[in-house]
Amino acid sequence: MLYRENGQFKTSYRADQAVFPIAQDRLAIGLILAFAIIVVPLVAPEYLFRAILIPFLILSLAALGLNILVGYCGQISLGTGAFMAVGAYAAYNFQVRIDGMPLIVSLLMGGVCATAVGVLFGIPSLRIKGLYLAVATLAAQFFTDWAFLRIKWFTNDSSSGSVSVADLKVLGLPIDTPVQKYLFCLAFLIVFAMLAKNLVRGHIGREWMAIRDMDVAASVIGIRPVYAKLTAFAVSSFIVGVAGALWGFVHLGSWEPAAFNIDRSFQLLFMVIIGGLGSIMGSFFGAAFIVVLPIVLDNMPYWFGIPIDTALASHLTFMIFGALIVFFLIVEPHGLARLWSVGKEKLRLWPFPH
Amino acid sequence: MAFFLETLIGGLMSGMLYSLIAIGFVLIFKASGVFNFAQGAMVLFAALAMARFSEWIPAALGIENKVLGNVLAFAAAMVVMVIVAWLIERLVLGRLVNQEGITLLMATLGITYFLDGFGQTLFGSQIYKIDVGLPKDPLFLFDSVFPGGILVSQEDLYAAVIAAALVAALSLFFQKTATGRALRAVADDHQAAQSIGIPLSRVWVIVWSVAGFVALVAGVIWGSKLGVQFSLSVLALKGLPVVILGGLTSVPGAIIGGLILGMGEKLSEVFIGPMIGGGIEIWFGYVLALLFLLVRPQGLFGEKIIDRV
Repeated sequence: MLYRENGQFKTSYRADQAVFPIAQDRLAIGLILAFAIIVVPLVAPEYLFRAILIPFLILSLAALGLNILVGYCGQISLGTGAFMAVGAYAAYNFQVRIDGMPLIVSLLMGGVCATAVGVLFGIPSLRIKGLYLAVATLAAQFFTDWAFLRIKWFTNDSSSGSVSVADLKVLGLPIDTPVQKYLFCLAFLIVFAMLAKNLVRGHIGREWMAIRDMDVAASVIGIRPVYAKLTAFAVSSFIVGVAGALWGFVHLGSWEPAAFNIDRSFQLLFMVIIGGLGSIMGSFFGAAFIVVLPIVLDNMPYWFGIPIDTALASHLTFMIFGALIVFFLIVEPHGLARLWSVGKEKLRLWPFPH
Repeated sequence: MAFFLETLIGGLMSGMLYSLIAIGFVLIFKASGVFNFAQGAMVLFAALAMARFSEWIPAALGIENKVLGNVLAFAAAMVVMVIVAWLIERLVLGRLVNQEGITLLMATLGITYFLDGFGQTLFGSQIYKIDVGLPKDPLFLFDSVFPGGILVSQEDLYAAVIAAALVAALSLFFQKTATGRALRAVADDHQAAQSIGIPLSRVWVIVWSVAGFVALVAGVIWGSKLGVQFSLSVLALKGLPVVILGGLTSVPGAIIGGLILGMGEKLSEVFIGPMIGGGIEIWFGYVLALLFLLVRPQGLFGEKIIDRV
């Protein structure tokens, strides 16, 4: 009754090509943004920012980047953590080695370096396909893990590869309190989400999807696989690299290569799959689910007042996490985004289904 | 020269152990198209079961004889692995039939988390020992040719022999028994196999049980070498480049891939490692496999990938 498009006539090409053609969608997005920008900073406690909101924003940015590669272009990557690491360490080097480097430029340059590395490791995708490629991308993961641990130049000669940044400033404004960090990350997320949304519905996004669905057929109708695959790797690893830089700079403050190890790659892949492959919205759902779930599981015993020793609790968390992943894959293999769109379909007819 | 040979032999032997893990991957991939990331977790689980049963069973039954205790523990651990295989088929794979490869991969990652947690909840999370009587003393070969001879770890030698025997037994099982023939039929074509009356779900249970058996053997060997601990689970990551190098669908490929990688890893670590900072074992296998795949995308012995529109 409330959510339906009849009566909303598109009278111009612009209106026909709008990102959100339905007025209710525009209203909902506007309300969500207003809530996130204005209400959340006013009411949320500090713990919520640090433990949930900031990680959620940054990881959904990374999941967004990975979704472009896996969900839209169909190239499975298990090396996402590597590209995050490249982004973080490259941004660190720009920040430390060049005096007076603006923070945003460092972060974006981190993304640019990640792009270069991403394209380099994307080149094999022209030859290697499917699961072979997935395993081959692990080469990126282990190589960067090693490189940031052993090659001292990358980490400014610090031992064990741990580095830290302090006194973040943007245009003279400090980024210090959780609220400021939150807003900073949110700004990045909004900009990149809009960019990504527009990319995937433009001609390049259609090329990616054609390659995903069947690359031979796509090349027959004149799509260049080299161009399509490498741009997907480039765009994806740029976004992932920026997310990595944000993760290091804003969320962690000081970090070592282990922050971007293979578990991070798996975590992001879980987000993309549970959220929904080939869906921008799905990246957010997936990130929210994977960020919140372990925290809920960890705190569960305390809420119910069950005394349980920490080792056992962490093993149980592992078990429940694994079981829930499998459960979700069985119940909804197309991810939470599918539930969302089914819900929207239902809502159009509600409350009179006929 | 002696040092080179020593490194080479050491590499070949650890390569044999990588093959053991890779074979588990290949068996399951062939029979069900599932890229089983949980193989490493199964190794850990099996090793934990073996280690604990070999403490519990002799204590409970009052068996003094060490060999008998170990045999009983091995049998009990095998039963556990069959149950795990059955549960995985029942609860997970049976419900994910016809899903895309990546969904199945993620499901096995979920299983990995579950098994890691479950194994340590059930059997405890300390470091345990498996003692099946593999001799630990090093052996010196070719005394007459090289001064001092070549040092070979006897433990590795036995492990390699066991691995080779296992591979021979598996290929007999696959070639000569009716069950093996059914497994090969399913691997070839699911639908055709089903249409001539081969029950898919039972075949999958059998394949996962065989993979569980391979995991158990790998777990016993690795466990007696390194101790049974959480890091065994990460061994799966050593098996992966072996699998893609040898080809996802080929058991001989897994063995030869394992030998190549084991050898390459040790030689590179010893001869190239010092030049660029050491510790390159972690990624060398992957980069080698990656470069190799650029030339031959289906691995050494994998089925040729043919794209049709």
